[in-house]
Amino acid sequence: MERSYEKYFRQNRLPHLWCPGCGNGIAMKAIVKAIEMKGLDQNKTVIVSGIGCSSRASGYMDFDTVHTAHGRAIPFATGIKMANPELNVIVITGDGDCTAIGGNHFIHGCRRNVDLTVILFDNNIYGMTGGQASPMTPTGKKATTAPYGAVDHAFDACKLAEAAGATYVARSTAYHVQHLTDLIAKGMDNKGFSFIEAMVQCPTSFGRKNKMADPAAMMMWMRDNAVMKAAWDKLPEEKKTGDKFPIGVLYEASDIDYATAYDHVIDLAGGAGK
Amino acid sequence: MSKARLMQGNEACTEGALAAGVRFFGGYPITPSTEIAETMAKKLPQYGGTFIQMEDEIASMGVVLGASLAGKKALTASSGPGISLKQELIGYAAAAEIPVVIVNVQRVGPSTGQPTAPSQGDVMQARWGTHGDHPMIALSPWSVKEAFDTAVMAVNYSERFRTPVILLMDEIVGHLREKVELPDAAELDIYPRRQPSCTRAEGYQPYAPAEDLVPNVADFGTGNRIHVTGLIHDETGFPVGNPKITREAIDRLHQKIAIAADEITHVEEYCMDDAEYAVVAFGGTARTAYEAVLQARAKGIKVGMVRLITIWPFADKAIKALAAKVKGILVTELNYGQLVGEVERAVAGKCDVKLCAKYDMTIFEPEEILSDIEALAGGKA
Repeated sequence: MERSYEKYFRQNRLPHLWCPGCGNGIAMKAIVKAIEMKGLDQNKTVIVSGIGCSSRASGYMDFDTVHTAHGRAIPFATGIKMANPELNVIVITGDGDCTAIGGNHFIHGCRRNVDLTVILFDNNIYGMTGGQASPMTPTGKKATTAPYGAVDHAFDACKLAEAAGATYVARSTAYHVQHLTDLIAKGMDNKGFSFIEAMVQCPTSFGRKNKMADPAAMMMWMRDNAVMKAAWDKLPEEKKTGDKFPIGVLYEASDIDYATAYDHVIDLAGGAGK
Repeated sequence: MSKARLMQGNEACTEGALAAGVRFFGGYPITPSTEIAETMAKKLPQYGGTFIQMEDEIASMGVVLGASLAGKKALTASSGPGISLKQELIGYAAAAEIPVVIVNVQRVGPSTGQPTAPSQGDVMQARWGTHGDHPMIALSPWSVKEAFDTAVMAVNYSERFRTPVILLMDEIVGHLREKVELPDAAELDIYPRRQPSCTRAEGYQPYAPAEDLVPNVADFGTGNRIHVTGLIHDETGFPVGNPKITREAIDRLHQKIAIAADEITHVEEYCMDDAEYAVVAFGGTARTAYEAVLQARAKGIKVGMVRLITIWPFADKAIKALAAKVKGILVTELNYGQLVGEVERAVAGKCDVKLCAKYDMTIFEPEEILSDIEALAGGKA
């Protein structure tokens, strides 16, 4: 039995509060595996989360952790990174936290290219409050606040991140767990704003409303509809339909990160070494 | 002392914050506080510090809290509409005990109000401007020099008590220019960031209170691997859903300020030795009130002034003592009547309390206050 990741968890805070069949635990473990792969110093790595099911992860992880207010993880993380750039700062957020109440912070975090690794646990729903529609609930899918199906168009958070200036954008799923782990690790390598959408199943709040209450069936759906980026790019447009979606590294760019850019300001102002 | 300089209140506030060790500013432009951001943008990198203009007022509050957790003394500045947006995270700072200073250079509200005419309408917002029970410290300067001094005090109190402190300026003082001589850094007492008294191996609990009831919460990155949350938590910092812990946590937040209230409640008296009447004033309005008191004295009215530098916690003791001494109190404030309620509560019927209020986007003229002093003193001209 593989038990080498226990040191990254606060054993006395477990078991977690997530529902049976939830994908959040898979995504959380993918993060600590990536931390292990990259050899990040446990004492110099900070986990910042917002509010919601995803954001409870910070309490279970044995690092300096801050469970902030709803939507505000990225501003807190920006302050932590800019105050002490030697820290590795990882943000755990959810689809409501990141793209609804925290949407403005998300796009501006991308724009500044702050050296953060942001992992969005996308369960397509507000789980903690019992299943209300989020900006990433697919149009037509049901939620307690969308009893006839969601009217709104859903955000593609990866396209949003790319357009806003993130320098590393990737997506994977709880089914593709090793792939997800590798993508998070690669995001940690990027000195800039790295965004990884981790699609996770929520059988309790999303699945039950949408005839997908079996967690294994939800993961099979991920398996059957995810298309690796290289194959996706070769697909003719008419085949990019239905539930199909691309996974992998969706966008990469090279640009100066915010703390390095601000170091130049300090140099110009004559404050270096102070 | 450094040599005399002509300086604006907002600039002096910035200088005080820097002298007290602030090395991080996050903000969003809003008149009449913007000069604080502009001065920080220029000066902070000269000190090796960080200025960041955020996308909104909420992010400005979040970024300074993050910076403070990572070990930097941090400050943000705004005015009414922006402070309203910051309120949720002001409560977060109170609950998670994160040192931070929020400067509010007040303007006329509610809403966009009269931008950007002077007001003192945020007295109660400063006290109660977030949800739930929480203590608050708020200071209000009446001069450019005191903008510097109260900025130093605000940073020191935020660090000492690990709590948000509001520097409640007003447009009068924020945009006032005066000749000032600022003290050298070596002349100031600066409260350093609190440090853990033992190690993780020795059983360190980040939210265990020290003797003064304030916890020595470790900065991030120091190997303590602490958890910080806005949920009610126990000494470990982890959330606990328990009535006893909840009551104790909220009690301690209040008590850590209450047991030090005498030390941090600053009041100054003017012409009070033989006074039979008193004007209670604060901030920029106190300048006009003082002139009115001098004019009343010239007319033979035995009136003095009590000026509140600390607005919150409210100066109950000073006002109770005042009520035992004088026949009547005139509260002057540039709003519809906010502080007057606190004065009435403390006076508890022991003497007359009258309100001299103004809320028409202009500042007081001395004559307006003088006529109310005369009315209070029985129409003596």
